[in-house]
Amino acid sequence: MSELQTSLNFRKNAERAVADPSLRAAMRSATDTFGARRAAAFAALPDLELLRDRASEIRMQVLDNLPALLEEFGRNAKRAGATVHRASDAAAAREMILALLKERGVRMAAKGKSMVSEEIGLNAHLEAAGIEVVETDLGEYIIQLEGETPSHIIVPAIHKNRQQVGTLFAERLGVPYSDDPQVLTKIARRVMREKFLAADAGISGANFAIAQTGTLALFTNEGNGRMVTSVPPLHIAILSLEKILPRLADLPTFIRLLPRSATGQAITSYLSLITGTRKEGEATGARELHIVILDNGRSEILAGECREMLKCIRCGACMNVCPVYRTVGGHAYGWTYPGPMGMVLTTLLTGMEMSYPLVDASTLCGACVEVCPVRIPLVPLILKLRERRVGLGLSDFKERLGMWLFRAAAKNPELFFWGERVSRLFWPLIRRVGGKDVAGRLPNPSAMAFHRRMP
Amino acid sequence: MRVQLFGTCMVDSFFPEVGDAARRLLEHCGVEVAYPRGQTCCGQPAFNAGYRAEARGAAEHFLATFTGSDPIVTPSGSCAAMVKHHYPELFRDDPQLRELAESVAARVFEISQFLVRVLRAHENPFRGCGELTYHSSCHLTRILGVTEEPLQLISALKGAHFIPMPDATRCCGFGGMFMAKLPEISLALADEKAQAVIATGADTVTGCDSACLMVIADALQRRGSSVRVVHLVQLLAEGI
Repeated sequence: MSELQTSLNFRKNAERAVADPSLRAAMRSATDTFGARRAAAFAALPDLELLRDRASEIRMQVLDNLPALLEEFGRNAKRAGATVHRASDAAAAREMILALLKERGVRMAAKGKSMVSEEIGLNAHLEAAGIEVVETDLGEYIIQLEGETPSHIIVPAIHKNRQQVGTLFAERLGVPYSDDPQVLTKIARRVMREKFLAADAGISGANFAIAQTGTLALFTNEGNGRMVTSVPPLHIAILSLEKILPRLADLPTFIRLLPRSATGQAITSYLSLITGTRKEGEATGARELHIVILDNGRSEILAGECREMLKCIRCGACMNVCPVYRTVGGHAYGWTYPGPMGMVLTTLLTGMEMSYPLVDASTLCGACVEVCPVRIPLVPLILKLRERRVGLGLSDFKERLGMWLFRAAAKNPELFFWGERVSRLFWPLIRRVGGKDVAGRLPNPSAMAFHRRMP
Repeated sequence: MRVQLFGTCMVDSFFPEVGDAARRLLEHCGVEVAYPRGQTCCGQPAFNAGYRAEARGAAEHFLATFTGSDPIVTPSGSCAAMVKHHYPELFRDDPQLRELAESVAARVFEISQFLVRVLRAHENPFRGCGELTYHSSCHLTRILGVTEEPLQLISALKGAHFIPMPDATRCCGFGGMFMAKLPEISLALADEKAQAVIATGADTVTGCDSACLMVIADALQRRGSSVRVVHLVQLLAEGI
């Protein structure tokens, strides 16, 4: 778990975000764009709905056979020349990666986009040990320059507009100000080319790990993923253990589904399949490949009633359509993963005590369920977590009392109607105590309740 | 034909005129309307907040109140969804109540669904007027799958001009306890919905859930808008 965890402040974080007009505008425009692109991609291919069933089935098979599949992956990756490590938690993974880099005298590592590396707080750990880490995904690079964390799992700098990026580049890179995305991209590319060539190691994530062949699959759009994994002599890939797919033949389902769900693209610009190290006679590829498989609480999730969360393939479609995410952005959630998948995963991975306000971050509108490519029942999972929170006694005392009264009244019409009459009588007071932004949004109770109008 | 009207607690306290309209409309369609006495709340506020035992208490009362075999009709998509989809789950570990919950669930209809699918009320014209837009409530749309029926009823309102609202299915920000727990977000969402309503240029916005309409009305008022907010059954009852 990364050191920074402010999910407990969700409401405060959200309040601040709601009051930030440039954040709101950036979020609206980006989520609208991605949401519309996804909708168009799905409308064009009706069989994608069947593909979602298939994808869900494959992911369920993975959950049902995970230990065996992980072993199979490890065996096959090893045969192809990779070294596979298992890390039980974030600290173990950080130490393992730092040790690998130190042993080889690495001074600079070029990094591809990886949410798992964010989850374990890898950059800060390596930097503290004197290793320079350069993010090479454009969005990640922007937030690294700004000293921020990603606010979306696919579009890390979604909360920023191009003027802000222009100012940032001018300040930090000493280039003339421009807010033209093409100019800004070219500047970033120029900086990064040098880094790719100078890096002693590449660190990447992986979208999937194929058990049958020991292959890592990376979906990228900027080509940086391929540079990071093939130019430096050492490649370290970090992934969480549920990223397994059983067979290579399972991959096409996700090749079709993941980019369409994430960005509305029919396919990503680059799809890298990495099986082991550079072979005799090959011109590219890392000479040394280490694969770090992170647990960090996932085995426990797998054994529990919320296991379906581990079907997630990190497309971000749920956050693009979530009204709450769209309004507050990703940082408000206070940890690595935002939006509907993030509120569930954060609560499961960091523990209810560290994150319980997050379970409120949903109107239960169900827009996320409607788009999830692997059909994760996000709303039922959110409801389960709310129940768990109540069971742990982490809900507000006034709320518990209110619910106790509610039950008593709902079971007893006399009491229920008496309650209605009393609240009608004391409505001005209730309104004042409840505040204009809560009770003030309710109209005055009617002078004569409906049940009294009925024969 | 006879139906049992499930008024809902929101309608009982705040919007009795919606209940009146529902009753008038059903009677206009030749249906006898019974109102099971002692009905309270379906338990949704507790269920959605994670208070399963409390929700069960309310649900047990509902099952004991709505007896018989007549269809149960309600002017709320989310209350219908609660009974139809969450009751059977709520009693999953109690075979007897589960069976009862399933039979009650099978009898529940959201009113636009009942008017169109059972009574075919949309085949007869209603008097309508003005420019009309429609908010598609989340549970109505995504849990019950009722998307076409309200629009079919709207097109039966002769004389009214329908203007679709962009992103009509985006949440209004109500979310039950959500509006009390995270009011800043709730208000922001309601305001976005109000802007969408205003942008259509319609003089009236309608829908099938009083609670959603309530926060939309408040958001419109905060913007100083004079757009009328009214439940679909009221528009139809006015046009009889």
